[in-house]
Amino acid sequence: MTTETKYRVIGTRPVRPDGVDKVTGRAIYGADVVLPRMAHGKVLRSPHAHARILSVDTTQAEALAGVLAVICGRDMPAVSGMAAAGEGGDMNMRYASNNVMAHDKALYEGHAVAAVVATSPHIAKEALKLIKVEYEVLPPVIDVRKAMEPNAPILLEDLRTDTGGVKSETASNIAAHLIAEEGDIEKGFADAAVVVEREFTFQTVHQGYIEPHACAAEWRADGQITVWASTQGSFAVRQQCAAILQHPIGQLKVIPTEIGGGFGGKIPVYLEPIAAVLSRKAQRPVRMVMDRTEVLMATGPTPGAYIKVKMGADKNGNITAAQGYLAYEAGAYPDSFIGAGMTCLFAPYNLKNVRIDGFDVVVNKPSSTAYRAPGAPIAEFASETVLDEIAETLGIDRLAIRAQNSAKEGDWRPFGPPYTRIGHQECVAAAQASAHWNTPLVREGKDGKKRGRGVASGYWGNWDGISSCIGRLNPNGTVSLLEGSTDIGGSRASIAMQFAEAFGVTYEQVHPAVVDTDTVDYNDVTGGSRTTFGTGYAVYKLAKKMQGEIVGQLAGLWDVPAESITIDGSSYSSNGHSATITQLAKLFEENGIHINASITAKGSNLSGAFATHIVDVEVDEETGKVDIVRYTAIQDAGTAIHPSYVEGQMQGGVAQGIGWALSEGYVYDSEGHLKNATLLDYRMPTSLDVPPIETIIVEVPNPTHPYGVRGVGEVPIVPPCAAIANAIHDATGLRLRDLPMSPSRVWEALEKQ
Amino acid sequence: MRAIQYAAPRSLGDAVAILQERGNKARILAGGTDLIVQVGEDARDVDVMVDGKHIPELMELSFDPEKGLTLGAAVPCYRIYEHPEIKKHYPGLVDSTSIIGGTGIQGRASVGGNLCNSGPAADSIPTLIAYGATVRIVGANGERTVPVENFCTAPGRNVLAADELLISIHLPAPSAHSGACYLRFIPRNEMDIAVVGAGVSITLDDNGIVTAARVALAAVAPTPLFVPEAGDSLVGKAPTEEAIAAAAEIAKNTARPISDMRGTAEHRKHLVGVLTRRALHRALERARA
Ligand SMILES: Cc1cc2nc3c(=O)[nH]c(=O)nc-3n(C[C@H](O)[C@H](O)[C@H](O)COP(=O)(O)OP(=O)(O)OC[C@H]3O[C@@H](n4cnc5c(N)ncnc54)[C@H](O)[C@@H]3O)c2cc1C
Repeated sequence: MTTETKYRVIGTRPVRPDGVDKVTGRAIYGADVVLPRMAHGKVLRSPHAHARILSVDTTQAEALAGVLAVICGRDMPAVSGMAAAGEGGDMNMRYASNNVMAHDKALYEGHAVAAVVATSPHIAKEALKLIKVEYEVLPPVIDVRKAMEPNAPILLEDLRTDTGGVKSETASNIAAHLIAEEGDIEKGFADAAVVVEREFTFQTVHQGYIEPHACAAEWRADGQITVWASTQGSFAVRQQCAAILQHPIGQLKVIPTEIGGGFGGKIPVYLEPIAAVLSRKAQRPVRMVMDRTEVLMATGPTPGAYIKVKMGADKNGNITAAQGYLAYEAGAYPDSFIGAGMTCLFAPYNLKNVRIDGFDVVVNKPSSTAYRAPGAPIAEFASETVLDEIAETLGIDRLAIRAQNSAKEGDWRPFGPPYTRIGHQECVAAAQASAHWNTPLVREGKDGKKRGRGVASGYWGNWDGISSCIGRLNPNGTVSLLEGSTDIGGSRASIAMQFAEAFGVTYEQVHPAVVDTDTVDYNDVTGGSRTTFGTGYAVYKLAKKMQGEIVGQLAGLWDVPAESITIDGSSYSSNGHSATITQLAKLFEENGIHINASITAKGSNLSGAFATHIVDVEVDEETGKVDIVRYTAIQDAGTAIHPSYVEGQMQGGVAQGIGWALSEGYVYDSEGHLKNATLLDYRMPTSLDVPPIETIIVEVPNPTHPYGVRGVGEVPIVPPCAAIANAIHDATGLRLRDLPMSPSRVWEALEKQ
Repeated sequence: MRAIQYAAPRSLGDAVAILQERGNKARILAGGTDLIVQVGEDARDVDVMVDGKHIPELMELSFDPEKGLTLGAAVPCYRIYEHPEIKKHYPGLVDSTSIIGGTGIQGRASVGGNLCNSGPAADSIPTLIAYGATVRIVGANGERTVPVENFCTAPGRNVLAADELLISIHLPAPSAHSGACYLRFIPRNEMDIAVVGAGVSITLDDNGIVTAARVALAAVAPTPLFVPEAGDSLVGKAPTEEAIAAAAEIAKNTARPISDMRGTAEHRKHLVGVLTRRALHRALERARA
């Protein structure tokens, strides 16, 4: 299903501008940056999950031939204050600085404690072994409920619990307690014919981007710093580096490279400030590249959690009340996207009586960061499996209960404002009409395996944010489109398509490029499903502005009133004059006229994206292994600018969701050591674990965007865990409430059944 | 990471001479899919890598209906599972070699390397034990032969002395009415280390009675585990559902797995029973085919 032919360019499927370079290996990623006289940095990481750093002796490392400089916490500037850093809102920069390089305490295994720069990466690695760090090992706390206990080891002595702006008197691992309330839950539960209350636990999982973190930095003698970064936000890197390095922001330039996946994990800086400080000391450009173990130990991940959900419904299946208790592991420093989790918890449904308590809790694990719909997949795993149980208890069809309770325009949501036009009902209806849902399930698989079908819905909000871009009409009628939104999922194409649509030219006439922070004005990060929405909105306005300039210039050249000039696609006419953009470009050049414009725009996106998924699983009851045999993802894209990329986002989200559901999870020992910091034992799904994923794009245009765009990147990771759990229940009768639903857990549950 | 030397001897004698001179700091390099990874991760301290792939005996792959199969220690997996006689006579070996890593790894990884790396979860070792394979070893003091079930001594350790290397592996000629199978359990469908593996072989007489059977397990003990009692329990019997279940139960009770991030001890023990049973059924089908 795609857009009707209301548009010329939107809804078509052109080739992406970065495609050839990527498939031929010519694209430059973070680790591909090569600079004259470049040196190589490496990080020494804490072997302890919780330890006071008593001393760091770098003398032996410094003496090794080829070593140019060694730094540790004392070489980093003292930092305070906040800086804007993407959809998570403001970041406490002291914490951010401490996360980049531990100053007095190591708070998780893998926490950076020192760094070396040498003439080769091998020498740098050898030199790490020569740095002597003296630790006082402290008891770690790695589980959220243990961290909340009154006598738990305290990670951050200055941390106080913030409850609605009121701070606790004593230090605590609970950074915040948030409350969202509406109606009267006591009454709601009293009105219910069925009430289901369940507890859930979740392990930490990683974004699993293909490209490990990598960057290069050059700190010149004149104080100018240039950073090459594989990032979701070059301006966020600039802001964080300015704050962490205490350096004037105007003397920092960030050049974004191609990026091999981010999913939220490439918003915080890890290596960039270290590379800059090493560069200053070594007086050379410095490149730093993490290996996979460093990526897993020290970057990302998404919070582990404990969740309790209680829902009640009347005998007809109408939800009467819902209550949630969410405790998220922020990792070493506060901010676990708990608010987002709370917003999403019951988001697909119209609720009158709700109470949600959310806790943001620090534990001795890597500082968590955004991961595709941060906070939502685990929250909605809880609510969507509880709702499934209610439907089963009442004997109501699983999609019907979702349709009848569906949220609509004007309905309440936590932290407001009410919903604008949204498309959850349409997603459920499309699921009901789908080939998958209407194909009866064959319950017996190969060798007596059991099959089951599950469904779940999911929600993720869309962020608007600020986008800037520059358009330049070239003498041959093409347009150079300079963007600051780094392209993590095909946005160069989807932005160029919207510009082409608005400017009246073909997609091929638009040449998009992602440029550095000195070349284009401010852009928020590529995150929060915002770029096709927000930067699309900016280029729409840019196209209108450029058309205005053309009209102004034409009025002079043709000697006609500007108001008389009409625009039809790419042709401009007035009073017998008529010319296409290509002809005009030439005419302007001949007359020394140059059409260029820049714009900074902030859209206002109060809408959001919904999805409903259907999955068939096959369970080997003897071994506990679950295989996905059929999967259909249905999603409201608003308007699918480039349907192939929308489908790709949907399929990618599902693939990650399958991993989260079945095999991914950090495994810690009692001392807080991560036992599976390799891709062999941190089990992301392989191509053999993910079946072809069918997609159905629903289009309920977003009223707050000129083309009706909704963010599509994040919501497809929300329903899979719940849909798969519901399918496992359908196959086996088991209700699994702990992720991942690994073979040993499934088998153990079957044994107990 | 330091510079490492590379040597490419053309004969067994030259290779042994290097091993003798450099001792523990010299390692034979076959496919390198274990060795290079381990050196890169600082898990092995190596001064010189001695490439075995230029020594003719290590690259030999030959089948003789009388003498059986000679598998040079450095022959990569893909040459094994693509070999027509191996496909016909040693399907268990095809099971093992076609699941080690993926296509890319199989282009390099050897069964000799899998054996010498001596991991408890190695996918080819139970199969070699099930086939009753022996290995030919050479060192400064000459040659010797060792049955595979006696080769591994602890995780990552084996009977090879510092001056010794593995030349080849010998699988006896297949008897009539015999079949073998290797099955492993992994949480994903590829790219995992065995949570449990079971390699079995079974031989029937003309009346369908079991004359020999062998069962060996991966990932449930410090070394690949040969369970003679399990196979022996079938000998002299018709391979009925019950007899096979009983053999699987013996294997299960012999396994002594640990709990780690790859699986719990209880689940592993249980899986030994399931996989041994399934593998015996599959081997039986092959024996009857
Ligand atoms: C991505 C990946 C996936 C993998 N998947 C699997 C899997 O599914 N199952 C599995 O079992 N293994 C797996 N492995 C491990 C590895 O591929 C196998 O163990 C492989 O069979 C090793 O063979 P090799 O020829 O590469 O050995 P090498 O790495 O060359 O050698 C391994 C060890 O044996 C020694 N050695 C080799 N040949 C001799 C010899 N002739 N004499 C004395 N010592 C010798 C070496 O010195 C070294 O210590 C995987 C590895 C990788 C990287």
